[in-house]
Amino acid sequence: MTSETMIEMSSVHKWFGELHVLNDINLKVAKGEKIVICGPSGSGKSTLIRCINRLEEHQRGEIVVEGTELTNDNRSVEKIRGEVGMVFQQFNLFPHLSILDNCSLAPIWVRKLPKIEAREKAMKYLKRVQIDDQAHKYPAQLSGGQQQRAAIARALCMEPRIMLFDEPTSALDPEMIKEVLDVMVGLAEGGMTMLVVTHEMGFAKEVADKIIFMDEGQIVESKNPTDFFSNPESERTKTFLSQIL
Amino acid sequence: MNKNITPPVIEIGVIGWLRKNLFSTWYNTILTLIGLYFIYLIIPPLLSWIFFDATFSGTNREDCTSSGACWVFIKQNIKLIIYGLYPSDELWRVNIAYFLLTVSIIYLLIPNLKYKGFVGIFLLIIFPIICVFLFSGGLGLENVETRLWGGLFLTLVIAGVGIVLSLPIGIMLALGRRSKLPVVSLLSTIFIEIWRGVPLITVLFMASNMFPLFMPEGVNFDKLIRALIGVMFFSAAYLAEVVRGGLQAMPKGQYEASQAAGLTYWKMMALIILPQSLKIVIPAIIGSFIALFKDTTLVLIIGLFDFLGIIQFVGTNPDWLGFSHEGYVFAATIFWVFCFGMSRYSQRLEKKLDTGN
Repeated sequence: MTSETMIEMSSVHKWFGELHVLNDINLKVAKGEKIVICGPSGSGKSTLIRCINRLEEHQRGEIVVEGTELTNDNRSVEKIRGEVGMVFQQFNLFPHLSILDNCSLAPIWVRKLPKIEAREKAMKYLKRVQIDDQAHKYPAQLSGGQQQRAAIARALCMEPRIMLFDEPTSALDPEMIKEVLDVMVGLAEGGMTMLVVTHEMGFAKEVADKIIFMDEGQIVESKNPTDFFSNPESERTKTFLSQIL
Repeated sequence: MNKNITPPVIEIGVIGWLRKNLFSTWYNTILTLIGLYFIYLIIPPLLSWIFFDATFSGTNREDCTSSGACWVFIKQNIKLIIYGLYPSDELWRVNIAYFLLTVSIIYLLIPNLKYKGFVGIFLLIIFPIICVFLFSGGLGLENVETRLWGGLFLTLVIAGVGIVLSLPIGIMLALGRRSKLPVVSLLSTIFIEIWRGVPLITVLFMASNMFPLFMPEGVNFDKLIRALIGVMFFSAAYLAEVVRGGLQAMPKGQYEASQAAGLTYWKMMALIILPQSLKIVIPAIIGSFIALFKDTTLVLIIGLFDFLGIIQFVGTNPDWLGFSHEGYVFAATIFWVFCFGMSRYSQRLEKKLDTGN
């Protein structure tokens, strides 16, 4: 694995009002690294990855993504959002646009690609997540699993260097979880840098280079999967693992 | 299992429908019968007044000898009703506008035609500019003062200007009110609340009587333009709140997905948020337009003779005293046709834009 650092968070703090949601977060993500973040609800794991593309603003500390520091300057935010793709729990496809238009919109309007090229690229990625046959349908006509795969394709169309996944399978019916996880495994095997918030421990075991356990805004445990499951240090990690495994 | 079995005859067809909807219980039966009796009382006399006993041909009131309506009254005054006092030699200018408007609307209503976008842009941007020169003069055309404008023509001008300009202004106000910049938000809110807090009559009075007092000596805005600006801002303030309702109905995820994809604020609004939120509020927007269309009749109080005003005016002509019923029925019918048309178009638009979510 190369040592090029993609994301570096140092002493990051964030509060929602009085609530200290991120408490001294230090995290380094290398190129191609796959990190799974887990923890009880309200532990700040979603907030952590949402800080990386400025959907949430951190209040103290420093976040550097591919050499660009995340500041209040809109240009730094725009630059970083161009490099970072995101997949949401609720898919958040644009319901008034066809799947194809969902995928080609940002390449056309942000990357300024010609329409034809953007559509070709969209079809390429839709094929990769195996829903190219649904390209002309609207999101509401697709199943949850298909919608989430379309959302992944939409993010990939921007050819991001980093992908953030915010509980991508939590809103899915059980029989659809696998089809989405398979796409994510494929993506991981292709060398994408990934940060995944999930409770799918099977996926974590199979794919993650590092598993991070968060609780009350802090990173409690950060280990490779083998150590994480067989040899957790903190009591809180042990309790959490005993509850979900 | 027999797949070819049909439902009981009594449940389907006309009889089934009647039983289910009109005679399902004894009290529904009574209500149905009472309703039928009222229809019997009202409809036949109305029809004979409007059609069967009415007089359609003739040139003056002496021709109206029957007990029904005297449509000769409308026929003889039709020029005034449609064009106001617009000079006879220049009516072709208004006719061109009527023609272009009708053709464009018909084109937009026929399904599956190409270039509808261009026709829409023509109707919303180019057509109004053409109209300005056509109606008021310039570019070699003789000037026609706006005090001569009147009738259906004036109603359509006021409603058209109000509709075309108030929607974009309303959208900007709605975005402004939700802006994170405190100054923009405060100014938009103040603007909206002031216009919404004042009755349209007051706005028109202010535009017509108060406004000139504040202007320096010799500066004189056209009265119609002042009224148009008043109507436009009044309607924009209402539309702003309608649009804001649509914006608030947007799930947060739509904003986040747009931002995560790197869209800037204006691109996000134009491509993702507004198309969806305007779609939600189409019925309310068209409702506002219908209200605006009917409210144009209020310009009568500042001395502009719109469609209804001119009908009232010709009713006071000594030659035609006593025919105001015909005038009002005619005015009501025309207003209804326009408003119902807008309402139907709104429903069509909703169906067309439906993507199943």
